[in-house]
Amino acid sequence: MNIDLLVGILNIVLISTTPLVFAGIGELVTEKSGVLNLGLEGLMLVGAVTGFITLVLTGNYFYSLFFSIISGVILSGIFAFLVLNLMTNQIATGLALTIFGIGLSAMLGKKFSGTPIEGLNPYYFIVISFLLVFMVSYFLSKTKSGLIVRAVGENHNSAYSLGYNVIKTRYMTIIFGGVMSSLAGFYISICYAPMWQEGMTAGRGWIALALVVFATWKPWRLLVGAYIFGGVAIMQMNLQAIGVKLPGQFFNMMPYLATIIVLVFISSNKLRLKLSAPASLNITFEKNQ
Amino acid sequence: MIRKILTILSFFTIISVSALHADQKKIGFIYIGPPGDHGWTYMHDQGRIYMENALGDSISTTYIENVPENADAVRAIRKLAASGHDLIFTTSFNYMDQTLEVAEEFPDVKFEHATGFKRLDNVSTYSARFYEGRTIIGHIAGKMTKTNTIGYIVSFPIPEVIRGINAFYLAAAKVNPDVKIKIIWNYSWYDPGKEADAANTLINQGADIIVQHTDSYAPCQAAEKAGVLAFGQASNQEAFCPNAHMTSIEDIWGPYYAAKAQAVVDGTWGSEDTWQGFKDGMVEMSPYNTKLLPLDLILEAKNMETAIENGTLHSFEGPIYNQAGELVVKEGEVADDGMLAGMMFYVQGIDGEVPQ
Repeated sequence: MNIDLLVGILNIVLISTTPLVFAGIGELVTEKSGVLNLGLEGLMLVGAVTGFITLVLTGNYFYSLFFSIISGVILSGIFAFLVLNLMTNQIATGLALTIFGIGLSAMLGKKFSGTPIEGLNPYYFIVISFLLVFMVSYFLSKTKSGLIVRAVGENHNSAYSLGYNVIKTRYMTIIFGGVMSSLAGFYISICYAPMWQEGMTAGRGWIALALVVFATWKPWRLLVGAYIFGGVAIMQMNLQAIGVKLPGQFFNMMPYLATIIVLVFISSNKLRLKLSAPASLNITFEKNQ
Repeated sequence: MIRKILTILSFFTIISVSALHADQKKIGFIYIGPPGDHGWTYMHDQGRIYMENALGDSISTTYIENVPENADAVRAIRKLAASGHDLIFTTSFNYMDQTLEVAEEFPDVKFEHATGFKRLDNVSTYSARFYEGRTIIGHIAGKMTKTNTIGYIVSFPIPEVIRGINAFYLAAAKVNPDVKIKIIWNYSWYDPGKEADAANTLINQGADIIVQHTDSYAPCQAAEKAGVLAFGQASNQEAFCPNAHMTSIEDIWGPYYAAKAQAVVDGTWGSEDTWQGFKDGMVEMSPYNTKLLPLDLILEAKNMETAIENGTLHSFEGPIYNQAGELVVKEGEVADDGMLAGMMFYVQGIDGEVPQ
């Protein structure tokens, strides 16, 4: 195996894993504050289509990125309003957001599907994704605001009685997660596979969700996990192309299988479970308790 | 989870395309992907539109998109059958048993299942001889490759796909015995990101021509970016990769759909098996790219098209051996339709095994 081949493989792994890192790191922060957002797939698709449409209409990558992020802010803002102010069920609302996002993106993109565009170099975003993981890790473990986010996620009642604004903190983390998902979508439709086609994220939102659990809510583990999933997917393609016989279906289900194994592992021990998952995850916060 | 959501979604996206009149025949379509894929489903939708234009007010059409190939398909097909549709086209191979299941419940509704081989009194099957197109692109690839390595991205190990690989390889190896094909199975028809990854992986391993049997134009785009050549799939994809795209194999469903709809309107519809290729216009080649291909090669390709049309050339001419070295088609004979329909083996010369 020569060095060019290895560099080539690494290159493909980097390009294909980056959207998982973006969406995953955003969701990690959201979940750290105690909110489960299952709407990643929808957010990614809307981010992808808004970025694509803006690029077709203006030809400007900056506007395209900007509007893609705005779409994430708006959609996740709506999600935040529903689950925080109206206290709807997080799982149902997140699923609704995904279904809504799939439909909305398909509707918006109908006229633009099949318009050829010039793709953007993915390498800037690969670098940004690594920086983001570093920043999120630093933020959560070393800054006061990060500690507040974690406090809110661990026990929102205690955090509230200490005078922290639970709702505001969660608005911030949800919107951060939304922006990261739309960035992942933008990356997919502008850098990774420069095109718009309905449902083109093909389940990557769900893999990102699984990754957060796989990483037991730790940023660096998320990065490692994402590269394990991405790396295995690309390695099996390489092995296939060399002529090694592999059960491809098995590799398709691997991210989910690995997540279940991690879940079984961390929930086998009460203490380990406590140390890993934010204790208030998916619990609705009511101010007047 | 994603499957469930897609299914829920698919019931939201039933789209009735034209207003209904009392004596109109209702014709339904089940699509595996979105009509905007610019590949497989797009061409079926073009066929539907052709049919509408040809038959005008005597029919109205409905389609359900993104229907997964599992038990959910039964619900989608049943929904169309129960809502008064007279003729239902199910446009993917793995809707086969689901189509039969619903057809048995609704004996008065007519069904047309694409690329399958199981029929009932009210279920016809139809398919295009895509492999004839694969013979043409195999010939071109054999002559155009410089690295003698061709990357081939495929979806699922079903006869239609394996037949395509074999037809492609036989034609390529005939003009270039040193040619090797590297095959990647994606286990999905449609995932632009994964298709791009597969194309890049193959290019990285030395392929200078990318062939696909998946539904998005991502592989062709990846080839364009890497500066290698590619063939498109199902529809003309030249717009997306003008400097890589040599030609595409196009599926032309319109005339067949119009004929079958007319038969339902006239009351003459009967269950049958249709398998047409270049001769009947169900398969066509997109315009050959004159910037990339030498003129004499384009002429050769066109002559091959004509030869296949009048039967002087066949994609599977003996002697053909399987990988174990057994003679499967004798010299002077061609593979019969039965063998082609159930083809689940690679011919000699292809590396690797057919996945189970």
